[in-house]
Amino acid sequence: MVSPIKSYKNTFIILIFALLIISIVNISLGSVYIPLKQIFLSFVNGDVEKDTWHSIILSYRLPKAITAIIVGSGLSISGLLMQTLFRNPLAGPFVLGISSGASLGVAILILGASFLGVSIGSYAYTNFGLAIAASLGAFLVLSAVMLAALKVRNTMSILIIGLMFGSLTAAVISILAYFSSASELQQYMFWSFGSLGNLSWKEITVLFITFLIGILLVIFIIKPLNSLLLGENYAKSMGVNVKKTRNLVLIATSLLTGVITAFSGPIAFIGLAVPHITKLLFNTSNHKTLIPAVAICGAIIMLICDSISQLPTSEYTLPINAITSLFGAPIIIWLLVRKRKIYY
Amino acid sequence: MTPTEKHIIKVTNLSIGYTSKKQISTIASNLNITLKAGKMVCLLGKNGIGKSTLLRTLTKVQPALSGEIFIDETKLKSFTNNQLAKTLSLVLTERLPDSSLTVFELVALGRQPFTNWIGYLTSEDMQIIYSAFEKTNTKHLMNIKCYELSDGQLQRVLIARALTQNTPIIVLDEPTAHLDLHHTIKTFSLLKNLASEFNKTIIISTHETNLALQLADELWLMSTSNFVSGKTDELIENNELDKLFESDLISFNKTLKQFTISSS
Repeated sequence: MVSPIKSYKNTFIILIFALLIISIVNISLGSVYIPLKQIFLSFVNGDVEKDTWHSIILSYRLPKAITAIIVGSGLSISGLLMQTLFRNPLAGPFVLGISSGASLGVAILILGASFLGVSIGSYAYTNFGLAIAASLGAFLVLSAVMLAALKVRNTMSILIIGLMFGSLTAAVISILAYFSSASELQQYMFWSFGSLGNLSWKEITVLFITFLIGILLVIFIIKPLNSLLLGENYAKSMGVNVKKTRNLVLIATSLLTGVITAFSGPIAFIGLAVPHITKLLFNTSNHKTLIPAVAICGAIIMLICDSISQLPTSEYTLPINAITSLFGAPIIIWLLVRKRKIYY
Repeated sequence: MTPTEKHIIKVTNLSIGYTSKKQISTIASNLNITLKAGKMVCLLGKNGIGKSTLLRTLTKVQPALSGEIFIDETKLKSFTNNQLAKTLSLVLTERLPDSSLTVFELVALGRQPFTNWIGYLTSEDMQIIYSAFEKTNTKHLMNIKCYELSDGQLQRVLIARALTQNTPIIVLDEPTAHLDLHHTIKTFSLLKNLASEFNKTIIISTHETNLALQLADELWLMSTSNFVSGKTDELIENNELDKLFESDLISFNKTLKQFTISSS
């Protein structure tokens, strides 16, 4: 007997092909024009015409593309997990307070220094310094949300608690911002725009390993996630340990979102929107299809946004956060108006 | 004891209700039930009398206040989640959350207690799923989305999902609440057929009193003062049904075997 569950094999092949093409396009775009042939040559360590091209590709554009792929798929998967767990289309990867926590950490580092009257060495403002501050902040707020989550039985309450913590941290950041100098504010703003570049290979390795661990966790909860589609009571009646599943979902999401936010800042919109775009494309609720689909779509969309933010042949790079929302939001609105309703 | 004499459900001195930090609120106590396999049981009682609480207690959604429940001669307390999922399946009244699951995917979810970690469906699983479609006459709906189903179709599909769980007991909480008379009777006769032909024990809480009196093998009657269980005919003979509603508005007509509006 053949299972009538659609495998979407063709759609997947097209998507993977699209991902490859967009990756190459992304790498070939930038302030310096590099011929396609030379790009391939530098991948295989061949004879590249100019040494600078070789180093631009290998230590700038390739790491940025890889970061974009990890950030895009990680945030999108987290968003999907949150939307399934909370059965709420407005849930995203940041509902657990991770982005507000990270923002708080960085705000305290950059804005709080003068407010508290302490001077921090210049080291604090490097990538790793910001990443550590962001991780600490995210971890702190996340723990608070998790502790509250342990106390409440209702899944919907966790969503609201997460949002409340978000408001709290936003308020603290406003107060810090009020007392800060213009240059500090600008520095904080730059962080909050998000950025995919500037990651060394060492940092990318950390990002990638954490990403893999998160994905592994997610693969193991695909089955209970599918039964949660019928509601918690049905899931329980089919032998699913709802509480354990819920905790695993929360852990996987915090791992993925936490490490991504630490290294690339609070990237908006992707985690919320990509699951919607994917569901419109695939028209399924089965997580066995949705999770790989969301991962690939997330990577593609992130790469497109990054390519746009490069402003081809210009020296400027627009803030990635502005691009993700500027180009993503209209797409969602257009898709919804055209197809009317997404079912989760 | 021969296997046919086995009690699929046995309840002794059960008290049901809710516990909170401050107090214990007992909803019903002193419940005693013995039930053999392959019977269709209807649980009748007024709104708010505790039918759902009883079903929730029997299905281990909430703990009993006191007393013992034996399912298939094993204490309910000692069942693991997965064992219970293989013994007892549910059809709930609650609305399904929005999703774009197809009918096949929904019904196939019933195999979850048996499938491997990723939920792979073996050919045996497929056979069970297809036979559930056949028993409930829903095969033609297989490829459409759940949100496209009518209420009557959805109920049959949910019963198919419970059947794929392949449990000896199926518990249904008001399965015909949203259905018209035609679909109500269709659902009841389907359930009756499952009980008599496939030896399933079917427990239904319902307000379709007259239909239950005609079709159920046994009745569980819940009223404020007491709880009785037994064969439908015996309960009628013992005038137990008069106590069900404790109201002047309706009375039980023994010859018609139906409730009628009091003429007085």
